[in-house]
Amino acid sequence: MKAAAFDYEAPASLEEALALLQARSDDAKILAGGQSLMPMLNMRLARPALIVDINRLPGLDYIRVADGQLRIGALARHTAVAKHPEVVRGWPVLAEAAAQIGHDAIRNRGTVAGSLAHSDPTAEHPAVLAALDGEVVARSAKGERTLKADELFLGYLTTALRADELLTEVRLPVLPPHTGSTFVEFAPRVGDFAVVGIAAAVTLGGDGAWQDVRLALTGVGGTPFRARQAESALKGTRPKAADIAAAAAQVAEAIEPDSDIKASARYRRQLARTLTERALTTAAERAAGQGGR
Amino acid sequence: MAKEKTIRVKVNGAERRATVEVRRNLADFLREDLELTGTHLGCEHGVCGACTVLVDGEAVRSCLMLAVQAEGHEITTVEGLTTPDGDPGPLQQAFWDNHGMQCGFCTPGMICAAAALLRENPHPTAAEVRERLSGNLCRCTGYQDIVASVLAAAEGK
Repeated sequence: MKAAAFDYEAPASLEEALALLQARSDDAKILAGGQSLMPMLNMRLARPALIVDINRLPGLDYIRVADGQLRIGALARHTAVAKHPEVVRGWPVLAEAAAQIGHDAIRNRGTVAGSLAHSDPTAEHPAVLAALDGEVVARSAKGERTLKADELFLGYLTTALRADELLTEVRLPVLPPHTGSTFVEFAPRVGDFAVVGIAAAVTLGGDGAWQDVRLALTGVGGTPFRARQAESALKGTRPKAADIAAAAAQVAEAIEPDSDIKASARYRRQLARTLTERALTTAAERAAGQGGR
Repeated sequence: MAKEKTIRVKVNGAERRATVEVRRNLADFLREDLELTGTHLGCEHGVCGACTVLVDGEAVRSCLMLAVQAEGHEITTVEGLTTPDGDPGPLQQAFWDNHGMQCGFCTPGMICAAAALLRENPHPTAAEVRERLSGNLCRCTGYQDIVASVLAAAEGK
């Protein structure tokens, strides 16, 4: 239960970090919060020759609103995101997702960007990125590109990030007025990995009808599941309990979860249905009250 | 690229300097190099919480952090939570008075996690204590007396 030997570099600038990743793209691993990588190193499930520790990179722990987007730097920790006043006010779905990750000690180290780059199929942040149509910035020595959720997440623990790329920033759009959002998950005990979770954001029009509905689930496949069919079925009508129940049933039908040691596929469908119903109800209530968000 | 590095870390108020293997985790550094064996190592992959210490006042799993990452930071272990005279601190005394331990293996992690909670929220409810200690496993007590100990420390009893 001790990590195999590795070389270690803690670059002091982004350029230096990217140069290292380019030179050693075949055998380097990026260490940010370490809450997923360190267990893998300790159990020797990962044995990289080089650890590139980005924690000494200056100015990457920011959380700020700029150009109509919430921008989160690579070193912003879950605790900071969950408590950030602008996030709490403008992106409750993100604040609630961050607050439900693991335990206090995990959230104090783990990063949003690291969670997205790791792409655990039961992680919270991938569903938030998918639901809000956010994007990530991937930097390498050669340049920079942005990826949307469906471009980033390829499958179980697999992303489109290249080995020489560093995920430097997460971008989520500012949500329109009269939007309510929430993140709801079920885990057997507080802090356990979620069995199923859902990110929801809904916008109500001036007539009180669903104008925009965004739903993405975690824990029901290798990548976040965006429930587009249920989203469009609701649009244009006013929020009604019967319609929410029907949409939740549709989501449970549409997903194709696997059975594993934690839950059967049937149980996951039931959870998806219940959590979708709760998330839509809460998000709609929030959208209707106080101008939303 | 050396496999070893010399680091300076402030541990329980004292500057410490040591040369460590870069793969050494913070828990092993504290226990093996600094001989601060109050920090316990259970699962070594971030599940049990026994190795919880405070890094710059925040609870952190010391098995999930490298010793070299502690360079320039302030670490507080259970040994650092005593009174200046070396007597048990308020949380430690409360655990003693309320039978908050049996075998004692999880206790240092519990006390460090509880210390972080009380710094942030000096008067937590029982539910808040339970939630914050949910990342620390105890195989003996059933948790009742641990929660009672933290609440007693918060009330200054």
